[in-house]
Amino acid sequence: MSLMLEDIALSAGGRVLLHPVTLSLEAGSLNVLLGPTLAGKTTLLRLMAGLDRPSGGRLLVDGRDMTGVGARQRSVAMVYQQFINYPSLTVFENIASPLRVAKLPRAEVEARVHQAAELLHLAPYLGRRPLELSGGQQQRTAIARALVKRAALVLMDEPLANLDYKLREELREELPRLFAESGSILVYATTDPAEALMLGGQVATLWEGRLTQFGPAGAVFRRPCDILTARVFSDPPLNEAPARLAGRELVLANGRRIPALQRGVEGECTIGVRAHELVLDDQPGPDAVPLDATVRVAEVTGSESYIHLDVGGLAWVVLVPGVRRPEPGERITVWLDPRRLFLFGTDGTLLATPELAEAA
Amino acid sequence: MSASVARAEAVRRPAAAPAAASGAWASRLGLALYLLFLAVPIYWLVNMSLKTNFEISSGMTLWPREPTLDNYRRIFTDSSWYSGYINSLTYVALNTVISLLAALPAAYAFSRYRFLGDKHLFFWLLSNRMAPPAVFALPFFQLYSAVGLFDTPLAVALAHCVFNIPLAVWILEGFMSGVPREIDETAAIDGYSFPHFFMKIFMPLIAGGVGVAGFFCFMFSWVELLLARTLTTVDAKPIAATMTRTVSAAGMDWGLLAAAGTLTIIPGAVVIWFVRNHIARGFALGRV
Repeated sequence: MSLMLEDIALSAGGRVLLHPVTLSLEAGSLNVLLGPTLAGKTTLLRLMAGLDRPSGGRLLVDGRDMTGVGARQRSVAMVYQQFINYPSLTVFENIASPLRVAKLPRAEVEARVHQAAELLHLAPYLGRRPLELSGGQQQRTAIARALVKRAALVLMDEPLANLDYKLREELREELPRLFAESGSILVYATTDPAEALMLGGQVATLWEGRLTQFGPAGAVFRRPCDILTARVFSDPPLNEAPARLAGRELVLANGRRIPALQRGVEGECTIGVRAHELVLDDQPGPDAVPLDATVRVAEVTGSESYIHLDVGGLAWVVLVPGVRRPEPGERITVWLDPRRLFLFGTDGTLLATPELAEAA
Repeated sequence: MSASVARAEAVRRPAAAPAAASGAWASRLGLALYLLFLAVPIYWLVNMSLKTNFEISSGMTLWPREPTLDNYRRIFTDSSWYSGYINSLTYVALNTVISLLAALPAAYAFSRYRFLGDKHLFFWLLSNRMAPPAVFALPFFQLYSAVGLFDTPLAVALAHCVFNIPLAVWILEGFMSGVPREIDETAAIDGYSFPHFFMKIFMPLIAGGVGVAGFFCFMFSWVELLLARTLTTVDAKPIAATMTRTVSAAGMDWGLLAAAGTLTIIPGAVVIWFVRNHIARGFALGRV
């Protein structure tokens, strides 16, 4: 099955919830919707499921127009962020429910439920009710229900957000594998750029109800088409600073000059650099320029330190390996390497990508 | 409740154990007295129902000196008495069923959909409960006489819907809104038709609410007298109306009246037993 969205849009009460989106999803593909909260991920998923009706555009399944067809008539499964199960039914009946409705033979239902329960480590709990299970087991029940249906389209709305990190890691590894075998289109919404990269597949970045880019995860990460995509795909947040392109040089607000990689463009622009691309101690390359900064706060995770800086009035974050705890207010030098810079035009479009990222 | 508060106090201040213990004692005594005073009228009713009229009118006795079941025997053998119970139970049961059947879809709509004027309509429903029944007595009387419903259990059952449907809608709406909307959606995605979903998935989740709403409908219909008496004469006369007509030439039949009263308490007590775990939420109209 292939799913094609043509200018699918949604507005309600005079507010635009989703600007026209055009997307083409292939059978067996893993697609990640990446965006902060309120970016429109859930809205888009609900439109794909047929739970809401788009206010514009068409939705094609294998070339057939399914825009007005409700969720009941579609081959779709959905897993929510909250653990949604039927509290009055046992885990077995919860997983079996789509098969029971489809009136499959009893033996087939049993076989499929047991297989899914085995895969998701639910076999010992089939006789219990969902509320007697831990959060992780409840969510696995919901995932098992989506799995047994063998739906052509499987939608997951931040399915791992409410789980503890250990389970999250475990399930994140398993999920693509579980659904890859079925040939379903898997659409997975998340707010976490790292999760999008770990899952792999295609990434669609969303920002305030707009689809900003769609492409392979690694490519979108390395070459975001505009500053919005780069912001969505950076955690910690993208460090930005206004600058001016003059000839072959980039002039920062404090007057510092960096050799520019982009040629033939003049005028105002914005530089963007990810937290892990900044360096604190040693000059990383011959063209790198030092910037004066004041430490605001340092967060140490154990193996890495996030140091929040004030760089000429801008809030920046630097990610350095190891434990490092500068005192708030301490003066510090941060090195900006031109080979690690994104350059965006005033309208936000990408002018230049980091040389080092291209090589990677 | 005050006993449990006192117990909590005692736990919190272990150093002041003797004082807390005497406090707990006092609160237990207070509670016992409270219960006693609550129970006195009911005890007196049961007490009277087991006495003869002679014993009742000849002086005060704390328990029946010559216990008799004659009063009850008369109620169960005299059709003018027991038919009152049958009439009352008939229209109360009818009313409960009609109210729930009408309120379930309405409550679902109020809980799940947004439509023009939904909030106003929802509040207006409840405001029906604020009107005194006497306001409705005359139009109902005239209307039912015109369409031939007068003096039937259905007439009273329908009239009581004016109070009970709004109440049931409010209670059920509260319980339904406690069920995540995503469950409805998951069921739709699983392929359940709406009726199938409603009966198999949704009803078990709001069963407590249905029980409580049913209980309130039962109670209000059971104790309502004015409409029930106005809309009936002979064939559908409710028990409460029968009880107000026991004054005869021979004077008041106290024992018989007390026996009828005792029997009137029983259905409510039975129904409340079934919903005892959900009743508190019911009084909050289903809102937690």
